[in-house]
Amino acid sequence: MTAIDPTAHLTAEQIEELGRELDAIRDEVIASRGEKDAAYIRKVISAQRKLELVSRGVLLFSIFPPAWLLGTAGLSVAKIMDNMEIGHNVLHGQWDWMRDPKIHSTTWEWDHVSPSDQWKHSHNELHHTYTNVIGKDNDLGYGIMRVDEDQKWHPFHLGQPLWNFINACFFEYGIAAYDLELSKNLHKHRRKNPEFRARAKAVGRKIRKQVLKDYVIHPLLSGPSFLPTLAATFTANLVRNLWSHSVIMCGHFPEGVQVFERWSIKGETRGQWYLRQMMGSANISGSKAMHFMTGNLSHQIEHHLFPDLPSNRYAEVAVKVRALFEKYELEYVTGPLPKQVFSAWHKVFRLSLPNKKPQVKTPAREQELLAA
Amino acid sequence: MTSTVLRSRAWKLLEMVTTPLLPSDYLDLVSPLRAGADLRGRIEAVRPETGDAATVVIRPGRGWRGHTAGQYVRIGVDVDGVRLWRAYSITSPTNRQDGRVTITVKAIPDGKVSNHLVRRAKPGTLIQLDQATGDFVLPRAKPAKVLYLTAGSGITPVMGMLRDTEFDDVVMVHCAPQPQDVIFRSELHDLVADRKLRLTEVHTDTDGMLDIARLDELVPDWAERETWACGPAGLLDAAERHWSEHGVQERLHTERFRPSIVVAGDGGEVTFSATGKTVDADGATPLLDVGEEAGVLMPSGCRMGICFGCVTPLKAGAVRDLRTGEITEAEPGVLIQTCVSVAAGPCAIER
Repeated sequence: MTAIDPTAHLTAEQIEELGRELDAIRDEVIASRGEKDAAYIRKVISAQRKLELVSRGVLLFSIFPPAWLLGTAGLSVAKIMDNMEIGHNVLHGQWDWMRDPKIHSTTWEWDHVSPSDQWKHSHNELHHTYTNVIGKDNDLGYGIMRVDEDQKWHPFHLGQPLWNFINACFFEYGIAAYDLELSKNLHKHRRKNPEFRARAKAVGRKIRKQVLKDYVIHPLLSGPSFLPTLAATFTANLVRNLWSHSVIMCGHFPEGVQVFERWSIKGETRGQWYLRQMMGSANISGSKAMHFMTGNLSHQIEHHLFPDLPSNRYAEVAVKVRALFEKYELEYVTGPLPKQVFSAWHKVFRLSLPNKKPQVKTPAREQELLAA
Repeated sequence: MTSTVLRSRAWKLLEMVTTPLLPSDYLDLVSPLRAGADLRGRIEAVRPETGDAATVVIRPGRGWRGHTAGQYVRIGVDVDGVRLWRAYSITSPTNRQDGRVTITVKAIPDGKVSNHLVRRAKPGTLIQLDQATGDFVLPRAKPAKVLYLTAGSGITPVMGMLRDTEFDDVVMVHCAPQPQDVIFRSELHDLVADRKLRLTEVHTDTDGMLDIARLDELVPDWAERETWACGPAGLLDAAERHWSEHGVQERLHTERFRPSIVVAGDGGEVTFSATGKTVDADGATPLLDVGEEAGVLMPSGCRMGICFGCVTPLKAGAVRDLRTGEITEAEPGVLIQTCVSVAAGPCAIER
């Protein structure tokens, strides 16, 4: 919670008008969704599958260093495509309108240790509904970090730069634990809850399959290249984890992003919900390739406003959304990846130490009256 | 170890390699029509028949099990990126040498799929297929005398029969607005010239709608003939009454393309409990369409209430059957046909 509410200058009527304008942007995209968009996602999926197949094929000869390099690079990119531009977005239901059971949020499974249905619950239902609401949105620091001055400090937070780094390296496991709400569910009386046990079992099965594929079968198929292939798949998973962690940190942690108190969302209108998404997200600027590799989460603001619009349309939506930020005099938080990553990490370091309760700044006129 | 055991082990190993995807997801990239794949077909040609009808030549995948003359096939076509399923009668004979099947489609006003197939579909396009189905078929024992009573695109299943099986004595009464609207007209006239068919065309723009009583004059021995009728509901309803009145209803076989609607529901809020989606539905749109429109994966079949391919548990509320007006209320174990059910107040179905 920053000291000054950056939306204080908007009247209730203006906020609802903003909501209507955003609805209009959404309707326009929905009305024009069609063959080109469908062709786009099919092309991306087909490219990802071919890249993964070729990369794994090359890695069968990973004992030769050039093959190792090429295969590892290809597999890293393939895994990133699977998780970001394809998995995350398909699981959001962005492509459900095509009615293709093979590309549908209810049937999709991704190259990730968290089973897609568990991720959908914690991500789509909790994070996207309660974005940046302290105590409601577990994405805020993933329950292991303090990312806002208003969150209570605990000596545990001294280690948060280290926790964050470890989380980054094993991000997919962090997400799986987080989707299971492990910190809550490991309590004695909750541990035996059959619903939790069933979900934990599902995660166990998914982990087993993923590990077997990446660290046993693929290396075994490589024969004399067993160890280099093992190292290659480990590296590809690490690269994917570091990359997706960085992109996701940039979405809500950089300086300038607002968080909200629990009470502030009571009776929230559509306009206010939109406004919270606008103020609670940050973008990454960059080239087309950059947007693609982030799964268009570089358009995090647009994604949070319209989580179910096809990702290939966020770039055009961003132009209109940015114009609305200017019209309503709001700050559009964006910047190149290195800058945003630095900003997010800076916050993680800064808030590992306790801070004074933020001062609510009172307007000058009121201060004069108080002094008198 | 037998070869099947070996093969299934090898497949298991492949699945471990491709997880979380399936081996077929990769095989589909190169060979979507292979044996063992989901049934698909490739459009090889689209030939205009009349101003608003065209024949689509389809090469079915290896899993195609063939058809019986008169049956229909459900196809899934991507129109503007959205997969839409429709049923069309097969117009090719069962013994076609090249293994292709044809459907003949008449573009209907506002028909998304029919207009797409007639006017925009391109050779090379992949479509989804189901196995052929339907019981509007010829019997194994050849009847001595046959009557085909058809109107408009109702001629399509009958054309499949005509091309498939020759009978000694075949009469056809076909209704269409004008001569140029008669699909397969030149082929029919060739059959007439070869004395394989006697044909009466009723041109409704000039002659008016066919009064079923006129059959006595057009085909005096109609009651002795094994009859296959296909066309709009009005014609079929009249035929069913006429045949019943003369006590020969067992000789009449009919095929309807659409259910006849009795009463509309009241509409209401529909909740898809598995996906958590909620939408408002009117009292005329089947829940199948409502769900598809909302992006829910709905199982579907004939879309007219006969195949039960769309049945879904009704979890709460009430629905109305479009054909009978009957109300069904939610109870444990109650299944509804979503293609002919509409919301009768708020309801929830498990999808």
